[in-house]
Amino acid sequence: MDATDRAIVLATQEGLPLVPQPYHAVAEQVGISPVEVMTRLHAMLESGVIRRIGAVPNHYALGYKANGMTVWDVDDARIDELGERIGQLDFVSHCYQRPRHLPDWPYNFFAMVHGHDRAEVERKAQKIAELLGDASSGHEILYSTRLLKKTGLRISV
Amino acid sequence: MRRPLCEGGGVMALDALDRAIINQMQGGFPLCANPYAEVARQLGTSESELLARIQKLLDGKVLTRFGPMYHAERLGGGLSLAAMKIPAADFERVAGIVNAMPEVAHNYARDHALNMWFVLATETPQGQQEAIERIERETGYPVFDMPKIREYFVELKLRIEA
Repeated sequence: MDATDRAIVLATQEGLPLVPQPYHAVAEQVGISPVEVMTRLHAMLESGVIRRIGAVPNHYALGYKANGMTVWDVDDARIDELGERIGQLDFVSHCYQRPRHLPDWPYNFFAMVHGHDRAEVERKAQKIAELLGDASSGHEILYSTRLLKKTGLRISV
Repeated sequence: MRRPLCEGGGVMALDALDRAIINQMQGGFPLCANPYAEVARQLGTSESELLARIQKLLDGKVLTRFGPMYHAERLGGGLSLAAMKIPAADFERVAGIVNAMPEVAHNYARDHALNMWFVLATETPQGQQEAIERIERETGYPVFDMPKIREYFVELKLRIEA
């Protein structure tokens, strides 16, 4: 990422301007042409620096009031194959392998499951349990009880 | 300082167009001169109506953000999930210290012995370790660092009934 890309990140990390020609507005701020803004955003999408350009909904406002972080103790030898399969489930929004912290924390696989209530999250977790089968030797569902802080990623000037 | 999880959200009534906008705009926003006009055309509405609706959804906190989602690690930064086990009586003090750190992007209370979970987003990978050490020093509790080893899938797939 060069200085111009960085300037584009700085100009858009709070969001894209809500004006008819948002890329022109960013271009004016950065001091390059609108075409260059679009070309660079396209390149950042291609390289994965930008995951997507879109809106982030507030789960809670959309009725998804139960957000369960399901955590699983999965056989290390099978986690990659199973992780890819669980990531395909349409109710799983994020899915990662993370380190265990024994003895307090035996879980190495995390899948975020969203539901309208806890019963729905538990039914969905049961589907994950079926896919994991005997590769999982235990799981828990951690529900968020309070949002303490939520800001996006920020880079400084 | 107790704040509900739904702070600022969950009260706005959404009509069919709002719902279509939310479903349509979770990704794939076009890279062209007049992208809102393009999306408005797909949704069967006008550009000015779409812009007004997005503003209303952001103001009502139905949407928390609209724009490019940057991938912290590919920007050269660090991103990690971390957890702490905090006694109830000390929870507010520790939450205050953790939330005050600019490196902490999200922080949630969860019903588990590990009861505080936060995301550390830093501009450099070494910033992660510094942030963790500072939290441990200032709070007096250990941080369980859980950086991702592999990412299998990350995408919002929230659909709401149109």
